[in-house]
Amino acid sequence: MFEIQGLSKIYAMGEVEVHALRRVDLTLFERDLVVLLGPSGSGKSTLLNILGGLDVATHGTVRYRSQDLTAASEEALTAYRRHHVGFVFQFYNLIPSLTARENVALVTEIVERPMTPEEALGLVNLTPRLDHFPAQLSGGEQQRVAIARAIAKRPSVLLCDEPTGALDLATGVVVLEAIARVNAELGTTTIVITHNASIASMADVVIRLADGQVAETTRNTTKRQPRELEW
Amino acid sequence: MLSALNRKLFRDLVAMRTQALAIAFVIAAGIAMFVAYLSNFASLERARDDYYRTQRFADVFANVPRAPDQLEARIRALPGVQDVETRVVAEVVLDVPGLDEPATGRLVSIPVTDRPRLNDLFLRRGTWISPGRSDEVLVSEAFADAHGFRPGDRVGAIINGRRRDLVMAGVVLSPEYVYGIKPGELVPDPKRYGILWMGHEALATAFEMDGAFNDVVLSLGQGAVPEAVVADLDRLLAPYGGRGAMVRALQPSNWMLNSELGQLQSFGFFIPLIFLLVAAFVLNIALTRALALQRPQLAALKALGYTNRELVWHYLKWGLVIALAGAIVGVAGGVWMGTAMLGMYQDYFTFPVLAYHLGGSVVLQALVIAVIAALAGAYASVRRAVAIAPAEAMQPEAPARYRPSAIEHALLAPWLGVTSRMLARNLQRQPIRALTTIVGIAMAGAILQVGFGMARSVEALIHSEFEVAERQNMTVTFVEPLAADARYALARLPGVLQVEPQRVVAVRLRAGHVQRTLALTGLPAIPGLKRPMDRHGRPVQPHGDGIVLSAILGNVLGVGPGDEVTVEVLEGRQSVRRVIVDGLVDDVLGTSAYMELPALRRLLRESDTLSGAALVIDTAHEAELTAALKQVPAVAGVASKRVMLGNFRQMMDENMGVMLTFNLLFAGIIAFGVVYNAARVSLSERSRELASLRVLGFTRAEISVILLGELAVLTVCALPLGALFGHWLTTMLVESIESEMFRFPAVFDLQAMATAALTVTVASMLSGLLVRRRLDRLDLVGVLKLRE
Repeated sequence: MFEIQGLSKIYAMGEVEVHALRRVDLTLFERDLVVLLGPSGSGKSTLLNILGGLDVATHGTVRYRSQDLTAASEEALTAYRRHHVGFVFQFYNLIPSLTARENVALVTEIVERPMTPEEALGLVNLTPRLDHFPAQLSGGEQQRVAIARAIAKRPSVLLCDEPTGALDLATGVVVLEAIARVNAELGTTTIVITHNASIASMADVVIRLADGQVAETTRNTTKRQPRELEW
Repeated sequence: MLSALNRKLFRDLVAMRTQALAIAFVIAAGIAMFVAYLSNFASLERARDDYYRTQRFADVFANVPRAPDQLEARIRALPGVQDVETRVVAEVVLDVPGLDEPATGRLVSIPVTDRPRLNDLFLRRGTWISPGRSDEVLVSEAFADAHGFRPGDRVGAIINGRRRDLVMAGVVLSPEYVYGIKPGELVPDPKRYGILWMGHEALATAFEMDGAFNDVVLSLGQGAVPEAVVADLDRLLAPYGGRGAMVRALQPSNWMLNSELGQLQSFGFFIPLIFLLVAAFVLNIALTRALALQRPQLAALKALGYTNRELVWHYLKWGLVIALAGAIVGVAGGVWMGTAMLGMYQDYFTFPVLAYHLGGSVVLQALVIAVIAALAGAYASVRRAVAIAPAEAMQPEAPARYRPSAIEHALLAPWLGVTSRMLARNLQRQPIRALTTIVGIAMAGAILQVGFGMARSVEALIHSEFEVAERQNMTVTFVEPLAADARYALARLPGVLQVEPQRVVAVRLRAGHVQRTLALTGLPAIPGLKRPMDRHGRPVQPHGDGIVLSAILGNVLGVGPGDEVTVEVLEGRQSVRRVIVDGLVDDVLGTSAYMELPALRRLLRESDTLSGAALVIDTAHEAELTAALKQVPAVAGVASKRVMLGNFRQMMDENMGVMLTFNLLFAGIIAFGVVYNAARVSLSERSRELASLRVLGFTRAEISVILLGELAVLTVCALPLGALFGHWLTTMLVESIESEMFRFPAVFDLQAMATAALTVTVASMLSGLLVRRRLDRLDLVGVLKLRE
């Protein structure tokens, strides 16, 4: 699904250059649940943002199916995000002035053949909380709204940046279950960033990043269910 | 069904409603002005056009001492002429029951059995004059209303030396006297100046004008060139002493009406422009901050696949909704103001119908300019916010980069406390924002200053005209110039303390094709009671045989010092002479021309005559004196300074009072809107920081200093700038309303400046207090937990 070759990203932070990614080569396959592991500053978020079309590489190529994302224009990247990618962020990034249903509607209104907001929220078990505003929801519920919002468009790829980073264990498990369910039932290629190694055992593929480079790629022979994870 | 994004828009606006309202009100103020001025313009224009058309208002006007009726056929035959009406017109002294002093009447002849072919009258009350009743007249409505006359009432008139009783058969309006002002005066005085229409035969007989006319008006056919007809007409009338015809544009009433219309149009453009500019500024500041707070949401929306264009449109709609709300309130307010203003005009311009007319195009233009202002204000900040890369927007905004401020370096470093340093660095970090706020506050100050300044200008004008230039408290004019000993007769009247003979003569000044009729005043070598001043308070001093003109008159005639003008005397021997312009005087009221008294007498070829006199009287005897003067047939008019000043003040108070009230109200809105917005934006940016300081143990007073101190610094910086803007604006406004009637002295007025500064400071403090209340309720824990 993704062919990554020689990918580098350099940020200029004032006078210093930060190498967030250094010549990364990777291949990711359809329907896989991938966990990106690594300490903070290892380049996980940068890689995810580039895969999601939120950021552009400094060098190298990223191919999504047959499309070259590194050569795509701003408009093409927007269309790519709009039709193919679902995002889940660490801090949920819900629109505080919209209810759960309306936050999902934000997406369903701009894509073709989406789920209804109710359907999407049903998939993450939030049917009773449809008309609550983000401020009236717990962190885990907010994150599940974010997941519903991400999957309502039936994306080909679901990108989750530290989805449980701001949550406690029990809540985190509920969120991870929602992600695993989407991956299993809808067959959405899913990439989850975490610095929590125990999450790795629910993945098909685990990629360890360190210092902007791929340190290790492993394919799990057996996957665990989120509720079996230990923090 | 509202889309999710539009719901977000609506709820976001509700959340920032106070700020949105403040901006909407600034826009509303500008739009209200725009609508009020332009709807008045449209209403007056429409009333004028309808009136002129239905009453067949003439295109060319001419008078002549005496021309035979046979000439009418030749005038009618001139190319381009459609219709002709010849008349007898005469100025007479009126003896009005219940009025102490004599009044002036203008008698105009009309057909008895028919309607006038041109300048037809609109019969408001009563009946047309009847055949065979030579004492019946029609009277102008303003005059009738000023005295409460009803059809059938009588008024005395001195006609050709004999007092006659005239019966007012009807009350009428004439398109010729929409602005019924006595020649040479500034303000209509309907109590002392009336226009009366009398049967042609009766009037012609009384003035020995049988078979002749002394006034003619023409209408022109389509495509006729007025100037060409004027030239032809002048040629026909010249042998009979004709002194040049004038086109409609110069007809006094029409000229006044049109100059008022021009003023409305320039005000309608100028003032709203300032308001909308400020609104755009404020909107820009408010929106920039609101969008900074929306950073994470913006990132999420981008990540969800919303295009830049969709997001730009979404955020522009914030501005548009505010602008449209403001425009709607503004249009409603403008209609209300406009109706009030039109009522004011009704007192000065007499139309059969003066209905308020709000054109659809004015409303449409109002909406369009409000939208343009909003887009101009919003676009830059929206564009900047949306252009940010989504991955970058995802991160909380990096801590702002601060440096030790220039002020610290400059001198104060060792003494500045930490809070003051924060204040200084905050200001320095966002110089554009600080500057925009300063400019916004300065604009409010400037508008206030213009308002106060105009009022002060009127005072200055009254002072220079009625106290410095004219030290007499009564002016008497005679029907005809009298011999020198008339001054002694005046001196013997009760209450007269001092008499200064005056020689004023009606002349027509001509330079090339341009001409103006006005009073030429002879000045004694040593200035006496009446001593005309320029607007800098220097006395006017003509030399030798030269003539001194009002600067604006020089402009109109296109002449300057050293050039020649033709002076045509309009009385007595009617001499015509070319005279060198000795100088231009920058005066404030009307258009005037002055010559040295001996030179004027040489021009008139007469000795020691006087056309009137300036008097200093004992005001205790004023009533007695005017009663005595009324009995003197030679006296044509008595102008009491008290009455003139009263009229002038009344007109100014009515006009300026309304304007000033609106001005104050709206400047207040601006000042408050700008300062409140600036304060709210600062509060929103600083709340985390301020809450952190409170957690560290800072008191409320201490953190208030950081926020309100910033506001105070901005306000203090804005005050001098506002004074400067205000001065420019006053100058521009004064120039834009400068007319042949008034030229306000644009005084650099300290009091207006101080009042404006004080008002802005108060508005600033009030908004500071409002924000301070929010500061006191700062939720320490909540603010710190929230991620921006």
